[in-house]
Amino acid sequence: MTAHLAIAPILLPFIAGVLLLALGRLSLPVQRWLALISGLAQIGAAVALLLAVSGGDMLVYRLGDWPAPWGIVLVADRLAAWMVLITTLLALWALIYAGNGIDGQGRHFHVLFQMQLFGLAGAFLTGDLFNLFVFFEILLIASYGLALHGGGAQRTRAGLHYVVMNLAGSTVFLFAAGLIYAALGSLNLADLALKASQLAPDQLGLARAGGLLLLAVFALKAALLPLHLWLPAAYGGTSAPVAALFAIMTKLGIYAILRSHTLLFGEGAGSLAHLFDPWLMPLALTTIAIATLGVLAADNLGRLSGYLVLVSVGTLLAGIALGSQGIAAGLYYLPHSTFTAALLFLLADAIKRRRLQHGDTFTPDADMAHHALWGGLFFAAAVAVTGLPPLSGFVGKFLILRAAPGQPWVWTVILLAALLAVIALARAGSELFFNAAQVRADTPSLLPASQAAQAIASGRELLAVGGLLALILALTVFAGPAVDYAQATAQQLADPASYISAVLGGKP
Amino acid sequence: MEVMIALAIGTLTGCGVYLLLRARTFPVVLGLTLLSYGVNLFLFATGRLVIGQPPVISGAASYTDPLPQALVLTAIVIGFAMTAFVIMLSLRSRDVLGNDHVDGANQAGDAP
Repeated sequence: MTAHLAIAPILLPFIAGVLLLALGRLSLPVQRWLALISGLAQIGAAVALLLAVSGGDMLVYRLGDWPAPWGIVLVADRLAAWMVLITTLLALWALIYAGNGIDGQGRHFHVLFQMQLFGLAGAFLTGDLFNLFVFFEILLIASYGLALHGGGAQRTRAGLHYVVMNLAGSTVFLFAAGLIYAALGSLNLADLALKASQLAPDQLGLARAGGLLLLAVFALKAALLPLHLWLPAAYGGTSAPVAALFAIMTKLGIYAILRSHTLLFGEGAGSLAHLFDPWLMPLALTTIAIATLGVLAADNLGRLSGYLVLVSVGTLLAGIALGSQGIAAGLYYLPHSTFTAALLFLLADAIKRRRLQHGDTFTPDADMAHHALWGGLFFAAAVAVTGLPPLSGFVGKFLILRAAPGQPWVWTVILLAALLAVIALARAGSELFFNAAQVRADTPSLLPASQAAQAIASGRELLAVGGLLALILALTVFAGPAVDYAQATAQQLADPASYISAVLGGKP
Repeated sequence: MEVMIALAIGTLTGCGVYLLLRARTFPVVLGLTLLSYGVNLFLFATGRLVIGQPPVISGAASYTDPLPQALVLTAIVIGFAMTAFVIMLSLRSRDVLGNDHVDGANQAGDAP
């Protein structure tokens, strides 16, 4: 069983997706149950994987049992297992939220959802550059379908931008992979890391160009400045559970940057070492600064959440740029920022359904039903996302700042961004919950009355929102073990030799 | 031959980028297609250009690197699917938004 554990998080959603597609005309509740069972099984596999690698071993899965540099390998180390676990936990709550009727607005929601998880798990676990491209394409084509799910003018427009940007990004990825293959003669990540140290001087230019093109592609996926423009519209425009799942997609870009930064262009890479170093910190800080301006300017909660995702991506990248301590802090902050971003998107949608005329825009509207409950949840989410005590965002930001002694710019930008986010969210909260306007009886409601009543009755939304909050609380309460794990992961990343020997050296 | 291949890749990529930056969906789709042709040729060339040699290691002194050919095959299949998707999406957005501008807006003075 352990021998095949590394491929389980990839196969489970794939099988579920194919089953859902093949069985075709299942009723929606049956599809939901199948997806839920698959989601729970994936969490089980991810937990088992995490336990198997937490001791420091790496599970290397050779597909077809071909030896490593020639065959395709899957590699589960601490970082990959951590990312897979975060993905599966997030997916479960997004899936439960989608059960409130959003999954019925178009066809094949659950198929696409499982295929997206298949691509995500594959991208985290693969040990091969070209396979990373293939898994990126799998998750992207599923994400195109999901982003457009439900239709509508705004969604189509934002979706078109998203698709074209990512298709252009895929082309650049191919150029980058081609350049790296031309210079180094391999696509296996461990083999590349080994060959980078013995690079012939006349190939250096090719390899550097390929490496920096890779950074550009990953920056597009992570939505770093100046490639961030597609994100707020695409995330704010799509349906809530999809936006919640997409919260992990920017983190996939960050994961890919971290993996290539430590493995391919780390200490031991000879003339390629520290290729990304001059870029990471400036990119991180300018992304935070510009995204904070967007947070202040946003006029609805969905778009505001989109810009907050950008802020969290910048903060994570700042952590990565700070070296090993910063990486550990970033790895603790990563699940927190993923879960809070998802929480905000779900809340934005829940509030939108309950405010009859103005949705989630910051315009006074009639008092919504159960305003104290939703207001309280919004308050908790705002505390979490801005990094105020007592929730885990505070711990994460504290750790990142502690890893940056004597770097006034990092402190200034991160703290100022947090302050401005507090102001923007306070304004948003007062407009949404306190500033109830008298609504004239003759103004027509945006939602039909039956749909409004149904929206209020839905307990699935509360369950999903509560589940995400519980994850954030758990991350706060068990901050000790989580930080220990993050530090062990950072140590493992700082030692690429162990990765290389696990993949290339030794046992069949 | 190197010059010809390089020129072909350069022309395809240059035209692709130019078309990609146009404001109508049809040129954008064409641009994406040209870009993917360019990158396919480029991938093919990453194994170095060799003429008249088998793509297998058979003990002969010289061989064509088979890996880029496999990569190109994968890239072609993926590119084909993506092109089909983006064409459907462009038609859909023409339908929903009422015109073929990438922002869905027909601005005055905006040449088609």
